[in-house]
Amino acid sequence: MKFSEIKSHLAKFRVGIAGAGGLGSNCAVALARSGIGTLVISDFDLIVEANLNRQFYFADQIGMKKTLALKENIERTGSATRIIANQIELNPDNIPLIFSGCEVIVEAFDMADMKEMLIETVLIRMPGIPLIVGSGMAGWGKNEYIKCRKIDDQLFVCGDETTEVSEDLPPMAPRVGIVANMQANLVIEILMKK
Amino acid sequence: MKILLNNREEEFDKESFSINELLILKKLSFKMRIIKINGTLVQKDSYDNTYIKDSDNVQILYLMSGG
Repeated sequence: MKFSEIKSHLAKFRVGIAGAGGLGSNCAVALARSGIGTLVISDFDLIVEANLNRQFYFADQIGMKKTLALKENIERTGSATRIIANQIELNPDNIPLIFSGCEVIVEAFDMADMKEMLIETVLIRMPGIPLIVGSGMAGWGKNEYIKCRKIDDQLFVCGDETTEVSEDLPPMAPRVGIVANMQANLVIEILMKK
Repeated sequence: MKILLNNREEEFDKESFSINELLILKKLSFKMRIIKINGTLVQKDSYDNTYIKDSDNVQILYLMSGG
């Protein structure tokens, strides 16, 4: 299949991205470059300097809303993907509304409790919609531990499932970027079968 | 009974036990997790009264902060 054909197939779909940090920003850029039709990106945060070690933002964007900066950065890639940016904190009530119509949802939060909230909400309130979770990407090295696991037809996880971020094990561009791109790669795999 | 725990077959002496008993038995103390039995999510408040039976497929997903 030629890339133009792949792109025109992917242009038919809408993908939700919950969080626009290290996972969400890099995953969104990869999906936009691949030609996904619409990305629904939600995050309430502003860009701070500490984000720049791994997130798809630039120094002159510090202080900007992440969703708006990401929309701007994706547009600069020349991608035709439509970006719906929601500057909002996700909760169990608004998740089904914000991501309604999405064929796949990417979990791209930082904090474990938010990951848990999103997964429970999607599994209960949006049955059948594939959800791709990122779990375990702190530190550096250990390429061989990063993998993708299919739990069932609705739930997938990318990451090493063991390393948690701490002062001595910070999130860094390579491992966070690998997991973000694995998530994007799996989104494409799921959509190419549709 | 035999169950599938994260795609690995495990054998236990008992006929059935609750999710909480499994977590204690296997020393799975990490609290941020999602548990599915045969594809169905089990919510935290049901760990005591949801029972695992022979040939159940139990999937535990641990949620690590970072992203």
